[in-house]
Amino acid sequence: MKTTPHLDVRNLTMAYGDTVIQENLTFEVQHGEVFVIMGGSGCGKSTLLRHLVGLMHPADGTILVDGIDLWKASMEERNRIISHSGVLYQSGALWSSLTLAENIELPLAEYTELTPKQIDEVISYKLSLVGLAGFEDYYPSEISGGMQKRAGLARAMALDPDILFFDEPSAGLDPVSARLLDDLILELRDSLDTTVVIVSHELASIFTVGDNSIFLDPDQKTIIASGPPKQLLDSCKDERVRKFLTRAA
Amino acid sequence: MPNEMLDKYRLTASADQLCLQFAGDWRFQDGLPEAEPLLQQLRSHPAGRLSFDSQNLGKWDTGLMTFLVQLLAECSERKIPVDQSGLPGGVQKLLSLAHAVPERQGARRKVLGMPILTKIGNITIEMHRNWSDLLYFIGQIFFGLLNLLRGRARFRYSDLLYQIECAGPMALAIITLISTLVGMILAFVGAVQLRLFGAQIFIADLVGLGMAREMGAMMTAIIMAGRTGAAYAAQLGTMQVNEEIDAFKTMGISPIEFLVLPRLLALSLTMPLLCLYADFMGIFGGAVVSATMLDISFFQYYQQVQSAVPLKHFIIGVIKACIFGVLVATAGCFRGMQCGRSASAVGFAATKAVVTSIVLIIVADAIVTIACQILGV
Repeated sequence: MKTTPHLDVRNLTMAYGDTVIQENLTFEVQHGEVFVIMGGSGCGKSTLLRHLVGLMHPADGTILVDGIDLWKASMEERNRIISHSGVLYQSGALWSSLTLAENIELPLAEYTELTPKQIDEVISYKLSLVGLAGFEDYYPSEISGGMQKRAGLARAMALDPDILFFDEPSAGLDPVSARLLDDLILELRDSLDTTVVIVSHELASIFTVGDNSIFLDPDQKTIIASGPPKQLLDSCKDERVRKFLTRAA
Repeated sequence: MPNEMLDKYRLTASADQLCLQFAGDWRFQDGLPEAEPLLQQLRSHPAGRLSFDSQNLGKWDTGLMTFLVQLLAECSERKIPVDQSGLPGGVQKLLSLAHAVPERQGARRKVLGMPILTKIGNITIEMHRNWSDLLYFIGQIFFGLLNLLRGRARFRYSDLLYQIECAGPMALAIITLISTLVGMILAFVGAVQLRLFGAQIFIADLVGLGMAREMGAMMTAIIMAGRTGAAYAAQLGTMQVNEEIDAFKTMGISPIEFLVLPRLLALSLTMPLLCLYADFMGIFGGAVVSATMLDISFFQYYQQVQSAVPLKHFIIGVIKACIFGVLVATAGCFRGMQCGRSASAVGFAATKAVVTSIVLIIVADAIVTIACQILGV
């Protein structure tokens, strides 16, 4: 068993200029677990995700990926870590001037030694995993929002990353696609031992896939609950968490 | 193919059984064996059951999956029954997920080169659509203006003032620089020739006439096409991408009145003023060159300009500038409103706006020049 946690966040403070979003966040994400970041709108969930993937510099505290501090690592080490992680952005963030196939091809061509034919096979397999078989030659603007999101997922998974970050994965998906996405997340975890970090509001999906979670509060500006989502539902005393998890008004 | 690749799988055939044994790591970062040799082997064997043995399989990822997907596709095409039970559980589940959503009928596209006639046809249809769109757009602007005159347009004067500020005062610096330099260049080119005849003083006629009638309006229009026309196309195009324009429409607010009219009016109002300013800056640039190179004093130059360039030339220049202003604003807004729904479409819109503006400016200039010739002004 690997002992170092995959992500180790210590005393993280996030801020935009002087505005503190969240402070003193400390949590660990273990290898091969599905970790859910919860909280009401505007509490800084997406900002936390941007910190975890190295897009934003922490105002204070450290973030260790496999024991390595992203902001102190050398350029090569940083690139290596980043190429082993995949991110699905809220609206897909597909490159609009490239077809779906080219979107997925780009990381494969950059980072692997596969032949063009093998790359094509990987692309069609990845697209079929997200239910988009046959859409290789479409431009992102030609498909629906939900399909763009799924294509974004295929691109995030292109390199079989060790860790996948999802920003609101099921928003904009129909219930069936959302269900298939949950299955896919669990399958990635079980078969490929992928660590998955999800920012989500979707209760059904949180309870289905979440192994562990934290709950952020916008007023207290820190973590007010943590643990497996089902356990939080059963035993958390905090009013705000209960309301969130039971959809109580 | 390196030898180690050959060791990754082995196909053993017994009476009516084919068994595929996997060995070692199957990760695509390390490179993958080609599927084709195996598929050929498969074709050469009589159809039987295919089963798998993954006892010696090491680490695996998408590399193994894509290999299997190709293999299974071949098997189902040749109706070879496949027994997946020998595969690791995760592989079986991922395979079933990949087939959970069948390919949508008719979704796949054939990317084929188009015959030349089809291309010409498509371009013609596209051009026709472009022109009818443009006419429709001009019609909408016309009705928007009518509404504005009747005081019924949804139109914010603060927007108009803001657009005037953007298109006017904020453009002064670049207009100053460019038109002064153009005036200096005109003077410089003329000076070399005129000095041969001892006719240096006519440099003032050359620069004055050139700037007032032609270059002042033309240079201003081209600067504004690149600066403001492109900005209009990019702004409206981005609003189109973000569905902001749709939001106006569904709220019953005409985007033509709310977005296009302020820009159109702003540019039509500022362009003549900028043009006059450019005229004087150009003439001033000429004066600097005359004074330094030809020893013509500022006063002499001024008097010569005054006698050689009557007011009507300035008026013709300003009329041209008005026309150019309308053309640049229309082209910019039209391309912006026509924009597609992606980041690259915004880029195209801005490029097209500038190209369209410049073509229209030159064509309009030619028409006005011919008209002046015929009218004798």
